[in-house]
Amino acid sequence: MTLSPANEALAAEIISWFPRPRSALIPLLHLAQEQDGYLTDDAMRRVGELVGATPAEVKGTAGFYEMFRFEPVGTYLVNVCTNISCLLWGGEELLEHACESLEVEVGGTTDDGMFTVEEAECIAACTEAPCLQVNYRYRGRVTPADFDGLVEDLRAGRTGIAGHGVLAQVRQSVPAERLAGVFPPEQAREAPVWLARNEAEAVG
Amino acid sequence: MTAVEPQATVEITVDGAAVQARPGEMLIEACERSGTYIPRFCYHSRMSPVGMCRMCLVEVDTGRGFALQPSCMVPVSEGMEVSTESEVAKKAQDGVLEFLLVNHPLDCPVCDKGGECPLQDQTMAYGPGETRFVEEKRHFAKPVAISETVYLDRERCILCDRCTRFADEVAGDPLIHFMGRGNHTEVNTFPDEPFASYFSGNTVQICPVGALTAAPYRFKARPWDLTETLSTAWVDSVGARVAVQASRNRVLRVLGTDADAVNWGWLTDKERFGFEALNSAERLAAPMLRDPAGIRAPEWRAAGWGEALDRLADAVGAAPPERVAVLGGARLTNEAQYMWAKLAKGVIGTDNVDAQLGDGLDPAVVLGLPRAAIDDACRPGGTVVLVGPDPKEELGALYLRLRHAVVYDGVKLVEVTPCETGLSHMAKYSLHPRPGTTAQLIRALVLATDPEIVEAAESDVILDKLAAGEKLLEAEELRELLGAADALGVDAESIKSAARALAVAAGEVTVVLGRSSLAEGAEVVEAAAAELSALPSVRFLPALRRGNVMGALEAGLAPGLLPGRTELDDAEDLGPTVAAWPRLPEAAGLDAAGVLRAAARGDIDVLVLVGADPLNDFVDRDLAYRGLRGAALVVAVDLFLNDSSTLAADIVLPAAGPTECDGTFTNLEGRVSPMSRKVTPPGTARPDWMIAADLAERLEPGSAEGLDSPEAIRAEMARVSEVHASLTEESLKASPVEGVLLRPAREAAGEAGGWRRSGRPTLGRRPAGRTVPATGPAGGEDALGGAPDGSFLLVATRTMYDDGTMLRHCPSSRGLAPAASARINPDDLASTGTGEGAAVRVVSDFGHIEATLAADAGVPTGSLRVNWLAPGAPANSLIATGTDITVVEVEAR
Ligand code: SF4
Ligand code: FES
Ligand code: FES
Repeated sequence: MTLSPANEALAAEIISWFPRPRSALIPLLHLAQEQDGYLTDDAMRRVGELVGATPAEVKGTAGFYEMFRFEPVGTYLVNVCTNISCLLWGGEELLEHACESLEVEVGGTTDDGMFTVEEAECIAACTEAPCLQVNYRYRGRVTPADFDGLVEDLRAGRTGIAGHGVLAQVRQSVPAERLAGVFPPEQAREAPVWLARNEAEAVG
Repeated sequence: MTAVEPQATVEITVDGAAVQARPGEMLIEACERSGTYIPRFCYHSRMSPVGMCRMCLVEVDTGRGFALQPSCMVPVSEGMEVSTESEVAKKAQDGVLEFLLVNHPLDCPVCDKGGECPLQDQTMAYGPGETRFVEEKRHFAKPVAISETVYLDRERCILCDRCTRFADEVAGDPLIHFMGRGNHTEVNTFPDEPFASYFSGNTVQICPVGALTAAPYRFKARPWDLTETLSTAWVDSVGARVAVQASRNRVLRVLGTDADAVNWGWLTDKERFGFEALNSAERLAAPMLRDPAGIRAPEWRAAGWGEALDRLADAVGAAPPERVAVLGGARLTNEAQYMWAKLAKGVIGTDNVDAQLGDGLDPAVVLGLPRAAIDDACRPGGTVVLVGPDPKEELGALYLRLRHAVVYDGVKLVEVTPCETGLSHMAKYSLHPRPGTTAQLIRALVLATDPEIVEAAESDVILDKLAAGEKLLEAEELRELLGAADALGVDAESIKSAARALAVAAGEVTVVLGRSSLAEGAEVVEAAAAELSALPSVRFLPALRRGNVMGALEAGLAPGLLPGRTELDDAEDLGPTVAAWPRLPEAAGLDAAGVLRAAARGDIDVLVLVGADPLNDFVDRDLAYRGLRGAALVVAVDLFLNDSSTLAADIVLPAAGPTECDGTFTNLEGRVSPMSRKVTPPGTARPDWMIAADLAERLEPGSAEGLDSPEAIRAEMARVSEVHASLTEESLKASPVEGVLLRPAREAAGEAGGWRRSGRPTLGRRPAGRTVPATGPAGGEDALGGAPDGSFLLVATRTMYDDGTMLRHCPSSRGLAPAASARINPDDLASTGTGEGAAVRVVSDFGHIEATLAADAGVPTGSLRVNWLAPGAPANSLIATGTDITVVEVEAR
């Protein structure tokens, strides 16, 4: 779907933070992914309209980043590392267990749409091998039993991990008077307002 | 790209030899100009360098020792030393090629690019003989259609970014983009959003591999079977230079040629693929007659040239000259136009000749105003005023040049058009006056360029102080115009700011002048031009669309006009013409509207349509119909049967088309370039000049003596017409790509436009016989009064693709003509009682068409825009000639 009315309002606010609408492209894509769990074609079209880009430009830009998805994924995206440290500490077995217990292939999503299991290369937590991420939140030294417990907690909503696409659960909000007052560089004639403001505050 | 100014050079050393480079230019360019070709894939001199492919690596030393650098990204600097052939450079190029080939399929034997492929050629020249890559290459579905005409084979793509850069930087249609990253990167479109660009074919030409192919040429030929000739595109008046390629007497491909002054190598798809029509099986291949003469036995019968021409000559011979008329001729070469002008005016003696079908401008305006070249309009820092058609729809190659000038060279664009155009979003000021008020708006703009007048117009105190005099009157006039914002459709503030931009730009203003809406009378544009010509050193670029229309006007295919901008009633100057022509018309004749009116009355015995289709092309369909039915004998000289000849012609003569005969073409700047013969015409079709010469000989033996080749005709033109005096075989040979810019001596001497009459063209004065009806028809409300409630003022604009005869016979573009739409401002939707997408009937006092209603914020409130010549819905059924505005209503159906 396209953006919800609430997200439309948010999108307008996000655009206002930047000197040019186009600069808001990536933040708006995050917003769209947060809404639907992945980037739908409709959402990309709408984001393009909002920032003045063609859908091809939007998809081309988004496609550069692995964390943007163009197909539905589960509410919880589980990345199990099987690179060298994790491999030595049972990463492969952990992945196999994950797939077996959730009844999916690597890369697949459970029928209820809750979990997608993927194999990851080193996620830079080698000291905690074998490790995995759930929606990019780390869990280290995971045994098969730990994994089952994690799945139970996730199903029960006890982990505090938000659904796929949510980058942060606290939304930044800048009051209008604290906005930097940005405008395109070619319109700059004098020092930006925030500079003067900061100096005044420093003196005061 | 820019004007060549004497500038300091930068000295660099290339492979040991000293080379003078231009400051700021890229190393790859400097090396190429001095004779050292550096291999490349991504670099293209008409686009910004991106350094994608690394094929151009060479060793460069700028004082810190040699290091590998991509020569397309390194600007030259003084003392730079370059080694393009060192071991290191060679190894680097060899390595780059090996990597490029890692994923490149070896399907050259079935690839259209094979034989002209830079990847193939450069691998042979610089690459490794063997690959060390034994793994599986990446695979994609091949090929995918990314538009109606263009196919993409992603396996062959080497990710050079040329096509995507072209779409974004040059065409401004970024509908293709790199998707994915690293090894998974591919060029693609967004799902269900095809690469629907008018310029998509250029990507096929610049793709350095066979990844992009176009339907008309796919699997048609191998490059080594093709031979080519340099020619000029014929579909519009930009005259883009092209290479016409043929094999076995059939044109198979047209490529853009980089003419620095014209099209920079780019073409519209219409110019590129329009040749398909020439190969159509429906081309006329033999003369045809309909018996008996008169209206009109249904059956055609093929005839010999002798019989057809005899019959025509007999009819012409029997008719008094003023009852003979010739319409059309913009399709012809300059030489053929001259021959037809000579035949009609000098042999038959009729002046009822018009190459424009009510969709153009008075030749006195077009030829009489000081002319700009495309380069003048695009000169960095200048200002362009668009009072004319949407260049993107009508003059695509000009659009690309203007777009480049505005986006990259700081040219300011002020547009005064009835609706938004393809340039609106980059215009500094975009004013959309109500249909019919363009001239008043321009008047206000021109007045407002004088700050004193503005000041006085805005203040009673100052106004009172102004002594009675010109400025007082002007200030009062401006005050009135600024106060009439509602009637003009443009508010005072916009007028004043646009005027300020014009005032600052004094001296560097180019007006692109033409008919923005065919529902607005030519007089409106002509009056606007008269106002604009008051700006200091302003110049004009005529945006008449139709093929070689400028050549036709220079050759005298207009009423009251002789070759070389000489007026018929200007006795002193007729000397050279009189010497070469047996006779001259007794009096100035009728324009297209006048001819059709006379024919409808039964006053025309022979009506010759030279590549003209009045039913579809003339602004008033009803009049065209009545004229065609009323003429006693109708003759069509054409490539195809069109709607008009099918309706009314008694004699049809098949003509050779572009690529089938030699000659020259005059573009909208007045630039003459060769059109060349590459193949033979179908059947017994003949070049138009030959048909005219044959007829002339039959009517007046000796009149076409010696005129047996385009060269011979050109020589006579140069004698008769001062404009063509500089057009010699030497000058054409000396500038084979750029062509010769015709600038008559009078113009060079400072006379505006070199119009024969006087320093300033007498605008508004119409050549005798131009018919303006005494009383305006019902639609002719006072323009400033706007349309009555619930109705709209009609705007009729052309689109790139329409239902024209040539496009109908082009398989690749036939389906692209948009269906009829009636576009109105979203705020007006409610007043129609229907909604977006509704099937409606657009009704004027003169006729109606069926269309789909669409909301379009680019159309001002109160206006309704229809596309010209939509399939099955010709907008000229709504318009009556001689009206400045057309009022229409929308009815649900
Ligand atoms: S399709 Fe051709 S032009 Fe486009 S990036 Fe690939 S190789 Fe380059
Ligand atoms: S190997 Fe698994 S986190 Fe580094
Ligand atoms: S031509 Fe220089 S990097 Fe491609």
